[in-house]
Amino acid sequence: MPKLEHSPLQPANPIEIEKKTSFLRLLWHNYKKNKLAVIGLGIILAFIILAVFAGLIAPEGINEQKTGERLLPPSSQYWLGTDDFGRDILSRILHGARLSLTVGFVAVIGSVIVGTLVGVIAGYYGKWIDALISRGFDILLAFPSILLAIAIVAVLGPSLQNALLAIAIINVPTFGRIVRSKVLGLKEEDYVEAARSIGMKNSRIIIYHILPNSMAPIIVQATLCVATAILEAAALGFLGLGAQAPDPEWGRMLSDSRTYLQQAPWTVFFPGIAIMLTVLGFNLIGDGLRDALDPKMKE
Amino acid sequence: MTETILEVTNLKKYFNHKHVVKAVDGVSFTLKKGETLGIVGESGCGKSTTGRMLMRLIDATEGSIVFQGKNLVDLSIKQMRAMRKDVQMIFQDPYASLNPRHTIERIIEEPMIVHKMGNKIERKERVRELLEIVGLSSDYAKRYPHQFSGGQRQRIGIARALAVRPKLIIADEPVSALDVSVQAQVLNLLDDLQKKFELTYLFIAHDLSVVRHISNRVAVMYLGRIVELANRDDLYDHPKHPYTKALLSSVPIPAPDFEKEETELKGDIPSPSNPPTGCPFHTRCPLVMEKCKTKVPQARQNSNGHYVVCHLYNDKEDMAI
Repeated sequence: MPKLEHSPLQPANPIEIEKKTSFLRLLWHNYKKNKLAVIGLGIILAFIILAVFAGLIAPEGINEQKTGERLLPPSSQYWLGTDDFGRDILSRILHGARLSLTVGFVAVIGSVIVGTLVGVIAGYYGKWIDALISRGFDILLAFPSILLAIAIVAVLGPSLQNALLAIAIINVPTFGRIVRSKVLGLKEEDYVEAARSIGMKNSRIIIYHILPNSMAPIIVQATLCVATAILEAAALGFLGLGAQAPDPEWGRMLSDSRTYLQQAPWTVFFPGIAIMLTVLGFNLIGDGLRDALDPKMKE
Repeated sequence: MTETILEVTNLKKYFNHKHVVKAVDGVSFTLKKGETLGIVGESGCGKSTTGRMLMRLIDATEGSIVFQGKNLVDLSIKQMRAMRKDVQMIFQDPYASLNPRHTIERIIEEPMIVHKMGNKIERKERVRELLEIVGLSSDYAKRYPHQFSGGQRQRIGIARALAVRPKLIIADEPVSALDVSVQAQVLNLLDDLQKKFELTYLFIAHDLSVVRHISNRVAVMYLGRIVELANRDDLYDHPKHPYTKALLSSVPIPAPDFEKEETELKGDIPSPSNPPTGCPFHTRCPLVMEKCKTKVPQARQNSNGHYVVCHLYNDKEDMAI
């Protein structure tokens, strides 16, 4: 400390403050205390790596059929067995990870963007526009989400893209409401009022003051939402409204193999496990982030 | 006589909830360049609302705010935005008034960005200069608000207010959230800055000794109205309104054996949604008379510019007691 003339105002422990506090480092410091959350992160990272390198790792092609080798149990050659077309289940699950993770991420990113935009407008500007948007959210939330997704896909036609779109739409109100309530609180904050008293435009206030401070709950909700999005995509796939055969989407695999549940349970078991693990992983991450992003962590 | 920088006339703010809440009900005062007007009153008396109306953070229901010849009430949003360069505000809670995600540099620089002052390098230079002016080290620029104490944060808030070289600063309870020892430092800083930059202050507070320390003139508010306004020494040494007397007698004196004249107020401050008839203070006034209950007292002013709204003085030409 070069200057000491401000001694009465000097922080109690200068060394403590000298440490560079990067937001991400702080986040990781808090996050890693939660062992389950670290496990969740491990699961998801593993799935992401497997999905990215599926083409290299997978022992066989996704649609390589061997009529002589139908419904084989797990063995050293086919680690997870084969399905009713003699296709390697492991390879299909690895490629399916691509589809499921993409759907999960893209759908959630879509809902986050739209939900945040609409939520900020509703929360910040209030009055009639808030009433309009909030009632819109209410309408969307009045339907059970999967039913709404089915309805949307029924209108648009069954395909993975439309399933993705449907999932994005049904999750918009979740984010919209979170952002709206957060903004309602933030706009009463003194530093937002200070920004206004400085003469700042609303758009600038939103971008620099409101949005950065409302990110924490959105990040948590987005992580949890990826899990539900994957589950919803699988459900739509299972119902034949999402990915179409022969795409190796996990829900689709479950539905294609369900007739063989008794004679070849591995055909259903392993895709189910894959779904469960990713959903579990995202949920663990979400919980961990929620604790790590807690405003009380500011130390 | 120095020029008048701000003239507030009959300013009113009514909030329309289930009942009409008269938060500010006809406030008038003037501010001369370079002086400090203190506004005191209990919480809920409308002093902060008055400050916020001057900033147009909330819009006035009625009345005019003439600042440097322009009526702020009539300005468009765009014109007002430009005007904000000349009027800045210091906030009560130094923990809430700084964005926790921005560095100190960012916080102080922001008003200059908004008003397009200087280029990047000049602004950074000015931030450092401002930090030194408010008594902080310019090395602090890259730090975050949570790394500072309350007093330091309030200094940062002051630096932000000074960034655009304002003429008038509205300080809304700037020291009430601070420790007493730090309060004095911040008050002295405000005092120094006033001399250095010829600032005019509107100083809102509930602490009478703080207001006495910093103000040239003091206005006492009760239930949305100014009941007494006078030069500082005049007001503190010769209070006229019974409410002011009661307030002053409640100030603790650091001399335990000193026998002071006690005027104790009974009851609570009435609700501004259902103010009493006549003089708003009559429900708690120790000197209440029959006419106080029905008739609203008129404002009276003596040759010293001592202004008071009370029936005790209504009938006398000169208010001297």
